[in-house]
Amino acid sequence: MSSPLLLRTLFHLAVLALVPPLLLGIVNRTKSIVGGRVGPPLLQPYRDLAKLLRKGAVYSRTTTWVFRAGPVVGLAAVATAGLLLAMGGAPAAISFTGDFVLFAYLLGLARFFTALAALDTGSPFEGMGAAREVTFASLAEPALFLCLLVLARATGTLSLSGMLGPSLPGAWTVAAPALLLAAIALFVIALAENARIPVDDPNTHLELTMIHEVMVLDHGGPDLAFILYGASLKLFLFGAILSRLALGGTGSEVAAELLFLLGLALFAIAVGAVESVMARFRMIRVPQLLVGASILSAFALVLLLR
Amino acid sequence: MTVPLLLAAIALPSASGLAAVALRRRPAAGQGLACLLVCAGAACGLAAAGAALQGGEIAAPRLSLRLDGLGAVFLAPISLLAAAGSVYGLGYHRQAALGARAIRLQLYYGLAVGGMALLVAASNAIVFLVGWEVMALANFLLVLTDDERGEVQRAAFLYLASTHVGTLALFALFALLGQAAGSFDFAAWQGLSAAGALGARGFVLALLGFGMKAGLVPVHFWLPPAHAAAPSHVSALMSGVVVKTGVYGLLRVTGLLDGVPASWGIALLALGGISAVLGVAFALAQHDLKRLLAYHTVENVGIITLGAGLALLGRARGEPALVLLGFSGAALHVVNHALFKGLLFLGAGAVQHATGTRELDHLGGLARPMRGTALLFVVGAAAIAGLPPLNGFVSEWLVTLGFLRGLGRPAGDVLAFLALGAPVLAFVGGLAAACFAKVVGVAFLGNPRTGPAREAHEAPPSMLAPMAVLAAACAAIGLAPSLAIAPLGGAAAAWARLDPGALAEAAAEASSGAARVSLVAAGLLAAVALAVLLRRRLLAAAPRAPATETWGCGFSAPSARIQYTGSSFAALLVARFSWAIFPRGPTPHLAGPFPGPAELRTEVPDTVLDLGLLPAARAYGWLATRARLLYLRRIQFQMLLVLVTLVAFLAWGFVW
Amino acid sequence: MSSLVELAFILVVVIDLFLLASSRLGAAIRTVAIQGALLATLPLLLLTDAHDLGHALVLALGALAVKGIVVPRMMFSAIREASIRREMEPIVGFVPSMVLGAIGVALAFAFSSRLPLPRGEMHPFLVPTALSTVWAGLLLVVSRKKAVNQVLGFLVLENGVFVFGLLLSDFMPLMVEAGVLLDLFAAVFVMGIVMFHINREFSSLDTEKLSALRD
Repeated sequence: MSSPLLLRTLFHLAVLALVPPLLLGIVNRTKSIVGGRVGPPLLQPYRDLAKLLRKGAVYSRTTTWVFRAGPVVGLAAVATAGLLLAMGGAPAAISFTGDFVLFAYLLGLARFFTALAALDTGSPFEGMGAAREVTFASLAEPALFLCLLVLARATGTLSLSGMLGPSLPGAWTVAAPALLLAAIALFVIALAENARIPVDDPNTHLELTMIHEVMVLDHGGPDLAFILYGASLKLFLFGAILSRLALGGTGSEVAAELLFLLGLALFAIAVGAVESVMARFRMIRVPQLLVGASILSAFALVLLLR
Repeated sequence: MTVPLLLAAIALPSASGLAAVALRRRPAAGQGLACLLVCAGAACGLAAAGAALQGGEIAAPRLSLRLDGLGAVFLAPISLLAAAGSVYGLGYHRQAALGARAIRLQLYYGLAVGGMALLVAASNAIVFLVGWEVMALANFLLVLTDDERGEVQRAAFLYLASTHVGTLALFALFALLGQAAGSFDFAAWQGLSAAGALGARGFVLALLGFGMKAGLVPVHFWLPPAHAAAPSHVSALMSGVVVKTGVYGLLRVTGLLDGVPASWGIALLALGGISAVLGVAFALAQHDLKRLLAYHTVENVGIITLGAGLALLGRARGEPALVLLGFSGAALHVVNHALFKGLLFLGAGAVQHATGTRELDHLGGLARPMRGTALLFVVGAAAIAGLPPLNGFVSEWLVTLGFLRGLGRPAGDVLAFLALGAPVLAFVGGLAAACFAKVVGVAFLGNPRTGPAREAHEAPPSMLAPMAVLAAACAAIGLAPSLAIAPLGGAAAAWARLDPGALAEAAAEASSGAARVSLVAAGLLAAVALAVLLRRRLLAAAPRAPATETWGCGFSAPSARIQYTGSSFAALLVARFSWAIFPRGPTPHLAGPFPGPAELRTEVPDTVLDLGLLPAARAYGWLATRARLLYLRRIQFQMLLVLVTLVAFLAWGFVW
Repeated sequence: MSSLVELAFILVVVIDLFLLASSRLGAAIRTVAIQGALLATLPLLLLTDAHDLGHALVLALGALAVKGIVVPRMMFSAIREASIRREMEPIVGFVPSMVLGAIGVALAFAFSSRLPLPRGEMHPFLVPTALSTVWAGLLLVVSRKKAVNQVLGFLVLENGVFVFGLLLSDFMPLMVEAGVLLDLFAAVFVMGIVMFHINREFSSLDTEKLSALRD
């Protein structure tokens, strides 16, 4: 790898490691401002993580090694998925044909172990959360694949580095409507996968309304820190794809990087805005929403295939 | 050197049962010797398969045997799983405890393995059918092992009837092809044209015969009862390799014919897709552990058929890349599925051995007494869900790459619409992950729900060792996929009768991708190790607290009964499939503001069998009884029947 | 110009799919009005030198008035009269009808180029959009229980036929449009009367109650 590319990749890895909690901070700040409050400082999630890392953890007698493995595997899988992601127009740290399949399945691995850790507690709350999470995830997976396939067809490549790489801005001139539909569907999927309104409410603890929050009820201390950081990483991953898709960016490399970071911030603000103006959907409506997102991206794909 | 290996691979397992019979006064020694013979045969089989994949084929023309790349891909899992099951049986189905029943089981087990080895090495249709029938009959007798239970008798009868319908179709198929080519040798059938009436009829017969054995929807209905009723190591063999012989037959016959039309590939894709989706949907609704695993076999056979369909489509349309990706994906998934399904069935057997029940909602909390089994079962569950860094991901990745080949086609080409198959595979993978989260969570995690689950004990080492070997094989293929993919390119070229050079480019791309997959898998393991170390450091430095009750939002009187059951876990997803799955069961009667205890029980009948075939059979029986009564009542009706038949024959003679 | 037309067609199809999924009657009526307004702009967007501007303008304004303003207003007064706001689970559930609609759209877009139709210089998305809209309208009529939703389905069906009519307006200009609009008006008129009578009889617009009629 040439040295400017190496430098860029290292920069991206640093961004991957350090920026995700800032996204959470932006989301919370946006929600507060729209709600008329001042809200927590932007760097609050970092302080929360530091506090949690210092704490000890209480474990239930019912749990086994699976409960302790859940947060660990969840974080490791999402972080490894970050290695496959192309940011700012540059190729990813690792890329190959069909790497987006590995990307999606790594996220699936994280979800699998989180669900197992939830079931390990023997509590019906966590069981309920795990059941809902795997149900909605199995509906969101094909939607994610369809959006990525639209990108693949539009740019003519089969790896994330190609799909989010230099040919993407050019693809907008040829396939704008399809890419727009795919972007909308991808935003909906990002909301669903990251347990945001309208699919799940990250601030609630009522049985009727929880999905992701309820799965992590019994975790504490460093485990909860891993989970929180892993969730912010997942939000970052989706934000990175959307940022590159929506804002593109030709021109110099520095401009592309700045545009990428700006896009991330805009994504976080958009998530916060949606959370502030919409109410959570009823649980029965969530499958309709996810199937709707799949159909939208499938329509976009058919437009490109015909 | 290699021909004796092949012969040993066939003969040694077949003879292993006799050792058990001969030493029946000393059961432990007898069973041990039989196991040794099976393992020796398995080792020869693995060596022969390796030689055939590396160098070329192993041929013994006078015995009508020929092991080429395609056969070797199937012989390897047959041997490995046979050995694993045999070692497992030392602890699970001990001859010292079970006497004559165990002797019979070993006899038939050996014959089944020998029959399978014979049929994948056959170069002649007659030898193929001999191996096929030996395998089928031995399997029937194996399913009938615990024959005092009614459920077992019904399952075995269903199995026998279905396999013989399939074999009948195969007789017809081979007769058709043999007549067209003038001989029953596979070599003579090479180059027969698949176009026209011969091809069409042959394909339908092949789908019926081989599809019945493989368990494609809608002829899968015999699979769940049979695999649930058999002993666990037999179920592992059946799910792992016996159903794959159907896939082998399909690949062999379509490989021999020339000019395969694209519609065959599309038909296989459609059947594979339906089997995959419906298989996993039915599995979600089950609460019997082994029946659930059997439905997952239907799903995975669907995935293998998707790969085979891609390969056929590639041959029809002249796309070597599609041939390579489809064939490699299918072949690798054959091996992978044998490994992880074998592991899962052996684990289910350990659970049944420890608790005496297969009912998921009676288990729970088994991970504490059965640490090793739980760990290995989680590995198997992650593998079957297609999660990295295990082997299930690699084969699903290859098949997905095959579907994505269509994305490079110009607009308006029908092949371009192949890309819509990739999200279907992702959907199936997501559902499989959901189902296995349910299985592992309900059976192994949480609190034990009933007495037998509380008194569970760990399985003996003779049962854990084969499971560990299979799990290690899963991990090995997942971490080093390029080693597994490399020999498949040659097998694909031989099967499609293409020049290996035509496949070279696609093979190189797949290999380089596989190398990167290894890199990411290694990175994942490193990340996990790092995270574990970090967590240990942090927890060591932090203040300690004693273990306590689960908080679960502060519910103060938890019991094992309030946990989510398997049916509740899967309820949302099963409701999505209400157009295909029809749960039945008595609804509990709850009256008044403080109702008394009530019971809820649901049962999910197999739609094809219980809602289709059995009612049709009953209706036919009713009709036949009525017709027979009518026929017997008066002599005039009998004479009328004779008259009508006579007139019909005369008319047919005139018209023809 | 052609990208605007393409966007319009795609929006029409997206609206079809949204209608199949929505359960709130107010939102559905507004959406059909938007679809009608979109379709009203199409004659102007598809204008080439062969047509005359005045004719296209009359057509567009007429369609906008009827589809975008008059009919939605009538529908709103109908539901206010019967005071219903939501469709409960229809005969074919929301998700299956979305999936069926999507399959119809995919088949239309994939295979419409093989249909023997006179295309001339028309946009390649025109026929698939028309077919998809007709299919969505039929699905709505067949699968919904509330009479208002069935009328909406009929309106969507008419929208689809209108798009088809644009294809033929080269050959039979004024007749086709007049026929279509009159047809539409008559159907809504009749449906309005029917709904009024159903509502008066049962105090509800659930067509399932019709099957309770016995001799």
